[in-house]
Amino acid sequence: MQTAPATNEATPPGWDKARAHAIIDGMKATEGAALPMLHALQEAFGYVPHPAEAMMAEALNLSRAEIRGIISFYHDFRQAPAGRHVMKLCVAEACQSMGGPGVAERLLTRLGIGWGETTTDGSLTVEKVYCLGLCACAPAALLDDVPVGRLDDDTATLLAAEAAGGMT
Amino acid sequence: MITLYLSRDAASLALGADRVAAALLRDAATHGLDIQLIRTGTRGAVWLEPLLEVATPRGRVGYGQLRLADVPSILDAITGDGAHALNIGPVEAHPWFANQTRLTFARCGVIDPVSVADYEAHGGLAGLRRALELGSAAIVEEVKTSGLRGRGGAGFPTGIKWNTVRGAAADQKYIVCNADEGDSGTFADRMLMEGDPLCLIEGMAIAGIAVGATKGYVYIRSEYPHAVATMRAAIVAARRAGLLGHDILGSGIAYDMDVRVGAGAYICGEETSLLDSLEGKRGMVRAKPPLPALAGLFGKPTVVNNVLSLASVPWILAHGGKAYADYGQGRSLGTLPVQLAGNVKRGGLIEVPFGLSLRRLIEDWGHGTATGRKFRAVQVGGPLGGYFPDRLLDTALDYEAMAAAGGLLGHGGVVVFDDNVDLLAQARFAFEFCATESCGKCTPCRVGAVRGMEVIDKIAAGRDTDRNFSLLDDLCETMTDGSLCAMGGLTPVPVQTALRNFPEDFDRAGRKLAAD
Ligand SMILES: Cc1cc2nc3c(=O)[nH]c(=O)nc-3n(C[C@H](O)[C@H](O)[C@H](O)COP(=O)(O)O)c2cc1C
Ligand code: SF4
Ligand code: FES
Repeated sequence: MQTAPATNEATPPGWDKARAHAIIDGMKATEGAALPMLHALQEAFGYVPHPAEAMMAEALNLSRAEIRGIISFYHDFRQAPAGRHVMKLCVAEACQSMGGPGVAERLLTRLGIGWGETTTDGSLTVEKVYCLGLCACAPAALLDDVPVGRLDDDTATLLAAEAAGGMT
Repeated sequence: MITLYLSRDAASLALGADRVAAALLRDAATHGLDIQLIRTGTRGAVWLEPLLEVATPRGRVGYGQLRLADVPSILDAITGDGAHALNIGPVEAHPWFANQTRLTFARCGVIDPVSVADYEAHGGLAGLRRALELGSAAIVEEVKTSGLRGRGGAGFPTGIKWNTVRGAAADQKYIVCNADEGDSGTFADRMLMEGDPLCLIEGMAIAGIAVGATKGYVYIRSEYPHAVATMRAAIVAARRAGLLGHDILGSGIAYDMDVRVGAGAYICGEETSLLDSLEGKRGMVRAKPPLPALAGLFGKPTVVNNVLSLASVPWILAHGGKAYADYGQGRSLGTLPVQLAGNVKRGGLIEVPFGLSLRRLIEDWGHGTATGRKFRAVQVGGPLGGYFPDRLLDTALDYEAMAAAGGLLGHGGVVVFDDNVDLLAQARFAFEFCATESCGKCTPCRVGAVRGMEVIDKIAAGRDTDRNFSLLDDLCETMTDGSLCAMGGLTPVPVQTALRNFPEDFDRAGRKLAAD
């Protein structure tokens, strides 16, 4: 019988201590380093892994609670991995005027997830955002870093399907 | 060789500009056409994007609203006599552009955004050179003379702010550019950073010389990855060209700057919250005083200005404060980059002298609603701005007139709604937004926003309406008077203008009666 490789419960997905250390060490001399550091960690791991908090706290001479406070204050920082792709859907006023929230709600229903959740195949996380600066071609979305304007039900479905189909 | 221009700003990409660009290059190659495609920012006619421009002896001729399928016939047209259904003629003669006054956005959409040579060929750096001749005190005088007021929302005179920082003695001062642009319905900062980032860099360098600051940061919201990338590339180009660094343009004066990226918190657009965020903390609002001008970033004297305020400075220095003040009216001088958005046919950025009426904006530039339905409401000035009905459309776009109408100009965003809009839902959203984005420091805002949603829900359900209307009034008063910053302090603006200008939407009981 084959056994699964031993996994340590406490080890977060994708954790690489040396990599985290290199990021934190390389940035700790930066003025006001916390946000750039958190962005870099999230860029590397897709989220901010737990053990990085203590490492950051030490490097920045802050308490771990302070680091957690910073992470939780900002909507961007994730404490668990997202799907392979992230779609941000705008629900602010200009997009409201063009039916954006309706498009968003219908997509979520079709995907069977709520705001901030990930599809069961792990392909797509859908997040709510207030304005993408694409208000003159509303409703707007950002799929990873690709902006989408005049979003409608068909396009939203297509984008979700592309994400599921291993779009790079 | 034929030279083509196509925008790569985020709105153009959102409408397929990259796909069009790829098809153009591919088809041109298969037909052996010798073309050069320059990727610019956008001129701001988002409704026309993707807008392909072709260099001709008559100036640049445009082909608007390009779809992928149009590419072959467009290539035929540009190699032939130009005849094509999408040909809009010489771009700058098109009334949508010709009727604007482009000062701050003169180069946006025209040049290669990160080419210093292109920038200079189109009038760039004249302001910085003049600033270096004038010196600190005279720069500040010039900005004061221009009447420039902060474009981030509060409308504070920029020259006075600079003067305070200039007069503060410190071993280090900072220039912080507020590029958080959180207001829904606004995108001018993004457009400028993607289309003419060197203009912002020049403005910040001039600010640095004026107040004696050697270091600057542009704090850009994370929702703007393209602006971040373009801004970073422009800083590298500017350093290479000697516009930034130890010795700007050989003057012996030092100024350098970096980009910092926000993390999805609307409140970080408030200047003291932004400073805390830049310092690596939670973005909590600070009580004022002390003013950031005296104790700002890391406690040092700091100029905090919006992108548009700083990007207006190169023009002002190059042409003189007086020339700038000749535009506009009353205490709103110069030009306002209006962002026309939402349910409108021809949305985009329109730079005009202060004083244009909402009606002319929406009718002459906007050409009515995108859905073709009846116009019903417009929100001016972002999520904390007022909702206005048709009968208030003759209100002028300037600071005083908007305030007199019960609203605010904010960052110049104008969002149009057709008759599908429910102003009760919009009022509820204003509270919801405040509840989500409040920094949580003071009770009127933190608790008031949540209470506001509940009260509106009761009104919507037609429960105890008289009592709930008076509760709503009290709540708005408490938030207006008792909030530490304008987040809680101005959330009542959309709520109360919705209620005052569209009372019928709040009369759920009456509506139900009418329906029964
Ligand atoms: C809740 C809130 C959000 C704000 N958001 C922004 C913003 O996104 N961009 C901006 O330039 N100013 C914003 N401001 C205004 C700033 O606090 C500040 O007045 C401005 O950056 C000063 O620059 P200016 O004088 O050039 O306008 C905001 C204010 C508040 C209260
Ligand atoms: S009004 Fe709201 S956002 Fe402003 S300081 Fe108070 S709690 Fe924070
Ligand atoms: S309001 Fe949706 S992109 Fe600005």
